[in-house]
Amino acid sequence: MIAHAETTPPARHPLVSFILRWVLTTNHKEIGTLYLCLSFTLFLIAGAMAMIFRAELAQPGLQFITADFYNQMLTLHGLIMVFGAVMPAFVGLANWMIPMMIGAPDMALPRLNNFSFWILPFAFFLLLSSLFMEGGAPNFGWTLYAPLSTTYGPPSTDFLIFGIHLMGISSILGAINIIVTIFNLRAPGMTLMKMPLFVWTWLVTAFLLIMAMPVLAGVVTMMLTDRHFGTSFFEASGGGDPLIFQHVFWFFGHPEVYIMILPGFGIASQIIPTFARKPLFGYASMVYATVAIAGLSFVVWGHHMFATGMPLAAELFFMYATMLIAVPTGVKVFNWVATMWRGSMTFETPMLFAIGFVVMFTIGGFSGLMLAITPADFQYHDTFFVVAHLHYVLYPGAIFATMGAVYYWLPKWTGNMYDERLGKIHFWSAVIGLNLTFFPMHFVGLAGMPRRIVDYALPYAGLNLFTTLGAWMLGLTQLLFLYIVIKTIRGGEKATDQVWESAEGLEWTVPSPAPHHTFDTPPRVE
Amino acid sequence: MDAEQTEWDREKVQAAVCSDAGLMTSQIVILKTLVARGMSSLAGNRRKGWLIAPVWWIFPNGASAQGWDMRAGVTEMSQQVQMLHHVSLWICTGVGIVVFGAMFYTIFAHRRSKHPEPATFHENTKIEVLWTLIPTLILVGMAVPATLTLRDIEDNSDADLTVLITGSQWKWHYQYTEADIGFYSNMTTPLEQINNIEPKGENYLMEVDNPLVIPTNLKVRFLMSSDDVIHSWWVPDFAVKQDAIPGFINEAWTRVDVPGIYRGQCTELCGMNHAFMPIVVEVLPEDEFLAWIEDQRIANELAGDAAVAARSREWTMAELMPMGEDVFLTHCATCHQPDGAGQGIKYPALAAALDPARVISTGPIEAHLDRVMNGLSETEMQAWAPQLSDVELAAVITYERNAWGNNTGDIVQPLTVYEAR
Ligand code: HEC
Ligand SMILES: [Cu+2]
Ligand SMILES: [Cu+2]
Repeated sequence: MIAHAETTPPARHPLVSFILRWVLTTNHKEIGTLYLCLSFTLFLIAGAMAMIFRAELAQPGLQFITADFYNQMLTLHGLIMVFGAVMPAFVGLANWMIPMMIGAPDMALPRLNNFSFWILPFAFFLLLSSLFMEGGAPNFGWTLYAPLSTTYGPPSTDFLIFGIHLMGISSILGAINIIVTIFNLRAPGMTLMKMPLFVWTWLVTAFLLIMAMPVLAGVVTMMLTDRHFGTSFFEASGGGDPLIFQHVFWFFGHPEVYIMILPGFGIASQIIPTFARKPLFGYASMVYATVAIAGLSFVVWGHHMFATGMPLAAELFFMYATMLIAVPTGVKVFNWVATMWRGSMTFETPMLFAIGFVVMFTIGGFSGLMLAITPADFQYHDTFFVVAHLHYVLYPGAIFATMGAVYYWLPKWTGNMYDERLGKIHFWSAVIGLNLTFFPMHFVGLAGMPRRIVDYALPYAGLNLFTTLGAWMLGLTQLLFLYIVIKTIRGGEKATDQVWESAEGLEWTVPSPAPHHTFDTPPRVE
Repeated sequence: MDAEQTEWDREKVQAAVCSDAGLMTSQIVILKTLVARGMSSLAGNRRKGWLIAPVWWIFPNGASAQGWDMRAGVTEMSQQVQMLHHVSLWICTGVGIVVFGAMFYTIFAHRRSKHPEPATFHENTKIEVLWTLIPTLILVGMAVPATLTLRDIEDNSDADLTVLITGSQWKWHYQYTEADIGFYSNMTTPLEQINNIEPKGENYLMEVDNPLVIPTNLKVRFLMSSDDVIHSWWVPDFAVKQDAIPGFINEAWTRVDVPGIYRGQCTELCGMNHAFMPIVVEVLPEDEFLAWIEDQRIANELAGDAAVAARSREWTMAELMPMGEDVFLTHCATCHQPDGAGQGIKYPALAAALDPARVISTGPIEAHLDRVMNGLSETEMQAWAPQLSDVELAAVITYERNAWGNNTGDIVQPLTVYEAR
């Protein structure tokens, strides 16, 4: 009797077992899928917010929303894109690909993996619920500057703070897992300097996460105690200093920028050699450049604060350090071009996204270099020029890279080829939308339009209309991406194991679709 | 010299410098004329006309070609900064042409259909060292002039005149430390224009009641601070942007050569009305500036006399109510709404019927006076005593106590306000 009871699990409703399967899964591929789905959902939500405030900005005057709601949309758009869309997307890709690329059977800490994912939906539930609270959602920008966010923040700010704590825990646990996996579960023969670049960049990113996220957690905790427990970290009347907030925030914030870009560098370094049919140029210098960028990223935070009244010596230091980052970044771009040089290229959708990434990221890099010039930054700072810059870096660096990666590995994940024609349409409409949206921002910024304003003077009108049209185009285009992915999951031309003619790496040695468990016995790497 | 006159002069002197919306508009006229000329020269080939038509569409309201770039401004510093901007822009453009040129060449020439056999090289130490060194040298070349300019910008010594600039939600307070003159500067663009009921004026959102007035050719030092959150004071034509931080004082300076009116905005998100915190600076020749200071002194004295006269007599409800409505609409309605209904949980309704829990505007007069005159710290309700005169305060409080159905019948006299100060 007892034996019988043990072997027959109680019959469950299929929906219940479906939910339990996903809630309890410890499989790196399933958790990767969960991360990617959550990320895309939040990407659409934060994108919709951008479309709302862009609609308001299409014309001078107030048309659709109030100034306060505009500020709420702006804040949530930034926070959700950074913590909800970009970071989980990269963690999702890491989950799917790192074990397969290093010949590991799974992540090293599968239950921790499950935990770090399932924290996230709650974190974003907390954050989004603030929209429905009395006083509205946080409305002080994603940079959370005190005292606007402390003394003057709406009650929902506390939910934001706890949401950020949860996101931080999730990221730190995820990063620990990735580091442990890479250091311990590599297949025999896979030395560090043989690892694919995606793995390398993620290793460095994971260290950045472990160093940066606790700082963010710390600074929002200081906000919390300032708000409720009578401390005065950021309150001059109590002996504090609002600038401490900015220093600590940007000490997290600048490494965060590279957290959102390094994995993109890795992805481009996987895709370009495959479609150029030629090995990556300068593998070793790519690795060193990644490490150099990560190191420098901790000593440049002051470039966000040139207008706060820093002493000359500090301004000079941050200017030089920031300019220096252009060197390793340049090396990367040159290496990608050299990889393409005298290759035999074809331009499938992943390659298009990778090239789009390199070109537009480089444009963002140029404006970044311009922003580093402190005297000129006094004119650029907090104008739309900065908005243009950061979106040229992040949209190609994070979103294009992720989408390129999805097209690149989707056949491996699903066993089906995606629709190449639709993929190309998606790429081109995204490129056009992106440039229509963000290129004119350079000009309105230079002409003098501050960022984060709900209404603007008449001279900026025409270009803002362009930006709004571009933003709507860019937003709607992503629905096509959703359609393409769903279509590929449901069927399509069968993919071979190799998928791409000259793709190299362990992930292409397993069948397509990749079975639930791969590399139960480690492969040998020559 | 009145404001328009000054602007007109500047246009003559500085036709090439685009510094405010008014000028931009005049330049778009020129631009459109040029384009129209181009159109007519294309008349022989009419099919090409559509190439130019989008110009009208891109600049329906008149951003000019000049307005697409960082402006040269009217100070030595702003011109140096523009030069730095151009140098780095051109360096980036040059590097971009080389990198993208190589890339598009290879995309074109090394596609599989043209170049079926890929090469196999994957490193070249020489070239890798080269493309690390060359950018480093270029960067050093950019850093040197930037360092020199920065040193000048940060040199706040030997100022001829000091102005203390204090930001508060959402206005600027200017104080001339040497002359004992001070005033608030509020945006004057009416709500009707913002809400698209009336057509928007030429200086929409960029106009204030009391501009900051400074002299030409003197080194003016700005001390920046704030009463509440962080604001940032930016006038692009001076290349001065400095955060105004509560509890701290920042420094910046300018020396303007060309008289005129220059406009800017707050550039640090400072709450709901961040977009509505413009800066207008009127730069006068030195002698006119001194005359202006004298006028201000006299005006201050007259205002003092008027205040004495005002509190020595009884005011009637009929006098105070219209004036109170004016004051309310100008200073209070952004938060409390023109109908006294407030907004959300943050900005309370003043109409007692709408928010019975709040009784200040129908309760004891002393509490009401105190709240309006001294504000409430740590909230957006600021102290109005330093900003408004006795009569204005009496009027607005009387208005609040009798408008929107509050009907207390109370009349607050300027003398009461004076005594409460
Ligand atoms: C920047 C926004 C803002 C402006 C402008 C403003 N107020 Fe207020 N006011 C507030 C806020 C916020 C409170 C609520 C403070 C609290 O009790 O928390 C308030 C409270 C009040 C109260 C007390 C209401 C009650 O019953 O508790 C009065 C009376 C008042 N304001 C009058 C004025 C007058 C008169 C003006 C114009 C001279 C004005 N306010 C301008 C934000 C503003
Ligand atoms: Cu940074
Ligand atoms: Cu502001």
